[in-house]
Amino acid sequence: MSKTTTNAPEGQAPAPDQDLGAAGSQLSTAPAEEAPGLPALGVIGWARWFWRQLTSMRVALLLLLLLSLAAIPGSLIPQTGTDATQVADFRARHETLAPIYDKLGLFHVYSSVWFSAIYILLFISLIGCIVPRTWQFVGQLRSRPPAAPKRLTRLPAYTTWRTEAEPEQVREAALALLKKRRFRAHVSRDAVAAEKGYLREVGNLAFHLALIVMLIAFAWGQLFKSEGNKLILEGDGFANTLTQYDDFKSGNLFTQDDLDPFSFTLNDFHGTYEATGPNRGTARTFQANVTYSVGAYGKDRNATIKVNEPLEIGGSKVYLVSHGYAPIVTVRDAEGNVVMNKQAVPLLPLDANVTSSGAIKVMDGYRNAQGEREQLGFNAFFVPSFAGEGHGTMLSQFPALLNPRLALSAYHGDLGVDSGIPQSVYQLNTKNLKEFKDSKGKLFKERLAVGETMTLPNGAGSVTFEGVKEWAGFQITQQPGSGWALTGAVAAILGLAASLFVQRRRVWVRAVRGADGVTVVEMAGLGRSESAKVPEELGDLAGTLYEKAPGAPDPDHEPDTTDPAVPAEGAEQ
Amino acid sequence: MTLAAATNEHLADLSNTLIYSAMAVYTLAFFAYIAEWIFGSRSKVGRTAAALTATKKAEAPAVTVKNAGGTAVLERPKVVVRAAAGSRDVPDGPGAHGGDEKGDLYGRIAVSLTVLAFLIEFGGVLARALSVQRAPWGNMYEFNITFSTVAVGVYVTLLALKKNIRWLGLPLVTTVLLDLGLAVTVLYTASDQLVPALHSYWLYIHVSTAILCGAVFYVGAVSTLLYLFRDSYENKLAGGGKPGRFATSVLERMPAAASLDKFSYRVNAAVFPLWTFTIIAGAIWAGDAWGRYWGWDPKETWSFITWVAYACYLHARATAGWKGRKAAYLALIAFGCWLFNYYGVNIFVSGKHSYADVGLSALQSVGF
Ligand code: HEM
Repeated sequence: MSKTTTNAPEGQAPAPDQDLGAAGSQLSTAPAEEAPGLPALGVIGWARWFWRQLTSMRVALLLLLLLSLAAIPGSLIPQTGTDATQVADFRARHETLAPIYDKLGLFHVYSSVWFSAIYILLFISLIGCIVPRTWQFVGQLRSRPPAAPKRLTRLPAYTTWRTEAEPEQVREAALALLKKRRFRAHVSRDAVAAEKGYLREVGNLAFHLALIVMLIAFAWGQLFKSEGNKLILEGDGFANTLTQYDDFKSGNLFTQDDLDPFSFTLNDFHGTYEATGPNRGTARTFQANVTYSVGAYGKDRNATIKVNEPLEIGGSKVYLVSHGYAPIVTVRDAEGNVVMNKQAVPLLPLDANVTSSGAIKVMDGYRNAQGEREQLGFNAFFVPSFAGEGHGTMLSQFPALLNPRLALSAYHGDLGVDSGIPQSVYQLNTKNLKEFKDSKGKLFKERLAVGETMTLPNGAGSVTFEGVKEWAGFQITQQPGSGWALTGAVAAILGLAASLFVQRRRVWVRAVRGADGVTVVEMAGLGRSESAKVPEELGDLAGTLYEKAPGAPDPDHEPDTTDPAVPAEGAEQ
Repeated sequence: MTLAAATNEHLADLSNTLIYSAMAVYTLAFFAYIAEWIFGSRSKVGRTAAALTATKKAEAPAVTVKNAGGTAVLERPKVVVRAAAGSRDVPDGPGAHGGDEKGDLYGRIAVSLTVLAFLIEFGGVLARALSVQRAPWGNMYEFNITFSTVAVGVYVTLLALKKNIRWLGLPLVTTVLLDLGLAVTVLYTASDQLVPALHSYWLYIHVSTAILCGAVFYVGAVSTLLYLFRDSYENKLAGGGKPGRFATSVLERMPAAASLDKFSYRVNAAVFPLWTFTIIAGAIWAGDAWGRYWGWDPKETWSFITWVAYACYLHARATAGWKGRKAAYLALIAFGCWLFNYYGVNIFVSGKHSYADVGLSALQSVGF
């Protein structure tokens, strides 16, 4: 490519937009920038001024900047929504700071008034921007590309030549050529006007519209979502009603009837772990095999739920979120009557090797050696893989069931479950309980392998460790609107790609009879930005048109087929 | 299984050897680039100054004459290209070698070495991936080696596409050496499999696009930075000032401010949709793994901040009064956000995305 540089003549060339009038205008429907002048008097004047400011590009930019700034504190300060314990920790450590943070809503930034204000303003601005832009764009689509400006030489890309073809012929050929290249083109007076790349504007509008769709979908999801947790033992079932959940959260507009009707049974749970090497014990796979049915009389179907693969039933998703062990115990009273028959008691894991703890509570049916009614309570400690006698503490060595042990300490008396105060099933309230004592007068406790039985002191009964079941924890969520959010997201990406990769540009071809009777062809191109593509495309179009309207000899000098254009003069006219 | 384990061990060792070899070759490339710059400083062309004073006299944009495309040049009318009003029409500098033949030779050697090092490093990443039998970005060490490979890959691709980008070689290789140095010393993690929470094909999609975006954002940021220097240099010249000798020597050989500005805009604009996709892919993965699409986890928050910052930059370019330098500052801030999201959040802030250490915490946070 030869590239020479000459200086333009006669003073400053004004920007195309100003110089070209209608021809250069409306290549984008971006709102015009106006100086933030003072508003006209009166309420309406102020309102109009305010609205114009809000929907200007400058304020949109400002709000976007504010939004990114406002998102920062929430990533540095603990948030109640993500980690409530960290927030409690922070409060304990910063006694003066915490109340100030509380006032400013800094523990829940993303639902705080000021954060909401920013994005709501931004989206009002967005709507105020999109609606007029859409109308303007529709107007542009319905009208024709603007007619050629008087002086095509002013445009960023320009070319000209003389030809023996008739002007009408040239214009017709140009029109056909441009239409074939999928320009919208028409002849107006002595020139063809053409435009292409409307997809850019479509993409831009689609992108901004998609943002609105996504926001509404998120808001909808927040209002109607629900999220509950349920721990299920192998072999047990669950029906999706409010009362069955261990804990449950929902959005403001959620009602019980919104819960999808389904039920499922946990058939079994499988975990595999790295057996050797430095990462011994690291989890490899977790999966829960379930049988589920939809509605009251639905057909039974089998499914497998894994960590990254929730089960979808209707609008609900069932996630596998935790797992642990439940020792199976049988408890007999003083007379040898079974008061707890092979019951699996779920315990909560404490570490990565699933050292677990919890409580076993015998509520009724138990009579002590004196024949009196009483309740029994045990603090339970469980390890799936015991290190061996004399090897330190009761900490598990491996997460799988290699060598399970159950350690129990025993209490009797009143469990306090009827006191009306909700009690955790994993903790013993020892306030009204008495310890069983061993021969040394200490709290009675024993460590059992599977199959072993511990006999309570003074003939108070016995506990047998029968075996171990696994349990799995499930989170069941409903997030309405996520389909819309996804649709919005996909539309946003496509729109964005169109808006950033497509060039909108105009081409004009003028053909007139010169003073000496020879036709002069002029072509010019104008794009949104100074892209190298506009001159390239113009050169290509000119090349093709030139074949239909070949160059005529120049009047001033010998025919010069090697250089038919007169670029320097052309630019200097 | 022991045989397979031995093969994996072997592959992991091979990977380490390749990474160290790549570092050695990058170091050679680094010195070759330095030689290019030093030899290039001998030529005293002074083109920029000449062009700027000429433009100033004429007080008008220059006109460039271009041959219209392709081979049939002789048969086609020529297209006249006119710079927009008010913009300087300064030619691009000759590149780091400054027109000096020896400098150019060293520059070519440097580029060849860079390509060689890239191939070796790519082999290292591939061996690592094979040894762990998964994507090579399960921890920060792997992320770092993959990231630098992709960044150099982007550079080599742009060179192959004949973009005026050879000047990027020195800053790029410097960064890559820093990145790899950090990887093999501080961040090194023996090869290992992933915990279940990280088992998902979204891991491949989300992280690979994140790495590619980072590499392209990096290229955009370096050219934006250079644009700022070059722009103030041109401004000084146009205003009749005389920049320092070192600044003149270096900046004069660089592309014109307008070219750099345009280049960095194109680069940033081109990956922005991909970055948008990365965030959405991450949200989908989070939906599958954690039961919620978006939870304002620090990593998610900073991806969002980065995204909004780049949106600001794109908006700024469309807003009168914010074009040019102001928009460039926004682009740099946006890249800063990206960097912080990677290093800052992994190191200073704890969250669900803590695959940074061994990956166990990610698992634990899922409840396991
Ligand atoms: C929710 C926040 C917003 C985001 C994330 C956003 C993002 C973007 C992006 C990435 C672009 C670049 C695409 C391109 O250059 O063609 C863009 C362009 C544009 N935006 Fe926004 N935008 C937002 C809000 C707004 C608002 C409130 C307005 C109106 C005041 C607006 C008006 C425009 C216009 C007119 C363009 C096109 C500029 C041009 O033609 O070059 N945007 N926006």
